[in-house]
Amino acid sequence: MIPSLKVRNKEESRFFLNRRQRKFITSILSAILLVTVVVVGVLLDEERIATNLITRNLAPSLDHPFGTDWLGRDMFARTIMGLSLSVGVGLIGAIGSTSIALILGMAAATMGKVADRLISWLIDLFLSVPHLVTLILIAFTFGGGFKGIVIGLMLTHWPSLARVIRAEVMQIRSAEYVQISRQMGKSKWWIAVHHILPHLTPQILIGFMLMFPHVILHESAVTFIGLGLSPHEPAIGIILSESMKYLSAGMWWLAFFPGLCLLLIVQAFDRIGENFRLLMDPTKSND
Amino acid sequence: MRKNVGRKIGIFLLLKGLRMLTLLVAICFISFLLVKNSPIDPIQAYIGADMLKVGPEQREKIAEYWGVDQPVMVQFLNWGSALLAGDLGTSMIFRRPVADVIGERFINSLVLMLTAWVLSGVIGFVMGVVSAMKKDTWIDRIIKWYCYTLASTPTFWMGLLMLIVFAVWLGWFPIGLGVPVGVLAEDVTIANRIEHLILPAVTLSIIGVANVALHTRQKLVEVLASDYVLFARARGERGFTLFWRHGLRNVALPAITLQFAAFSELFGGAVLAEQVFSYPGLGQATVEAGLRGDVPLLLGLVIFSTFFVFAGNLIADLIYYVVDPRTRESRML
Repeated sequence: MIPSLKVRNKEESRFFLNRRQRKFITSILSAILLVTVVVVGVLLDEERIATNLITRNLAPSLDHPFGTDWLGRDMFARTIMGLSLSVGVGLIGAIGSTSIALILGMAAATMGKVADRLISWLIDLFLSVPHLVTLILIAFTFGGGFKGIVIGLMLTHWPSLARVIRAEVMQIRSAEYVQISRQMGKSKWWIAVHHILPHLTPQILIGFMLMFPHVILHESAVTFIGLGLSPHEPAIGIILSESMKYLSAGMWWLAFFPGLCLLLIVQAFDRIGENFRLLMDPTKSND
Repeated sequence: MRKNVGRKIGIFLLLKGLRMLTLLVAICFISFLLVKNSPIDPIQAYIGADMLKVGPEQREKIAEYWGVDQPVMVQFLNWGSALLAGDLGTSMIFRRPVADVIGERFINSLVLMLTAWVLSGVIGFVMGVVSAMKKDTWIDRIIKWYCYTLASTPTFWMGLLMLIVFAVWLGWFPIGLGVPVGVLAEDVTIANRIEHLILPAVTLSIIGVANVALHTRQKLVEVLASDYVLFARARGERGFTLFWRHGLRNVALPAITLQFAAFSELFGGAVLAEQVFSYPGLGQATVEAGLRGDVPLLLGLVIFSTFFVFAGNLIADLIYYVVDPRTRESRML
């Protein structure tokens, strides 16, 4: 029995890496991919997507890996710039949402029963309208554009993370070492900074990483609908909604590659977040 | 005993209803304020292309007629009291009562969402069960990979792919809309409608499968690790019989509940799918209302979608409450 087990283990660790190390490496690779996309997207100059009527409607080739659109713009450059824009918007949205979740979650757990009731009611309020409808409503309020979408994303993604943080803080608060700390006369602020916050940090980071994909997907969805970023920006949502007009002409590359890239980016984030969670949780990191 | 349960469910429903009521009032108020602060001027949106033909006096008349010149609170109370009387106002795009528009669109959307809901639920459940029963085999890996990939796929991109493959390349299905172009409303057959329904419904189902499948897999893996399954295996049960006798009832309930609780995502997905396929449903109406500044329709849709989501959550809670005796017991303590 035991020798056969050993053989299997050896087979599994062909590259002499255990699962933990493999997770670590995939995370780093995903992170490198993300950073590259963002940096390249920022560095690419506008000339790459300048109108060039000679090279119109080209199918993918070596010169233009993703083909060109009806104005002769290189789809590869547009896609990369769009992705970097998406990641930027997603970053702002996710940071804002995480901050709201942190503040409200902490407040619900520490500021007494009334605050707790109020905040859980607020969470229910935001969960009771479909995300996309809320986003449309908020985008409409701000008349569309960058501001509307960022505020909308911030205001719609915090509820589930706030719930997690609230439960976590409640648990820590009733732990014995916190009770003792309180008995020894430490102030509330001291306890919050030295006992509660360090425990929350991994939760917040993971929540942030796992929120990111949703934020990006919602951003591109609202932009696709036409209530998000303005049509002049090279956003993925814009590219895809423009491509709809040319689909029946058989120009599949306009929609296929940008969407695929968005999918890859979202998955990279998801992978990092999941791996992060597994690596940080000692009970799970070994299975 | 039975009477007791009935009464408890009544109280449970009452409490839920009260909570719903407070939420609904708040949503009405907040969305009203949001819409009021929009830079899109309702009169401008109403006039639209006839801008040159409408003078300032006429604008004032419209404003007065609509009561736009009154304070916000008065407007809200006017709107709210009309709402209570069942009057949602008149849609500016369709020039018809909002309730009519929503009713008509909802039937279209309902067919779409129901098809997608049932399909994704059943397929997802089966996938989750297969994946858990065959844990750590290649089929499990494929299903897991599929679900994780699908979870990060943009719905509208999936719709576009379906369009490219099945409508443009293969030409099996029409490119969009709910009915054929150039055919009178009376001549539209059920077959036509179904033909136009398939692609959006399939798109929504493909995306919706992931959640249920992963959840069911997780639950069933837990069940299969339990002592009673170990004992059943020791008695010689295996395969489908084992699942039928010990697994099904344990995993079916969470899956059904999850499906009901996912109404919010279903609605969001329907908005995108309808937009891609130009399917004349609620989602498309929402987008149109947002883009063209049709305030009454937008508000009506927000309220309606809230009801829709709430109904899903309520059914989910109720199923758990009625079917699973454990939740009742914990409430008594």
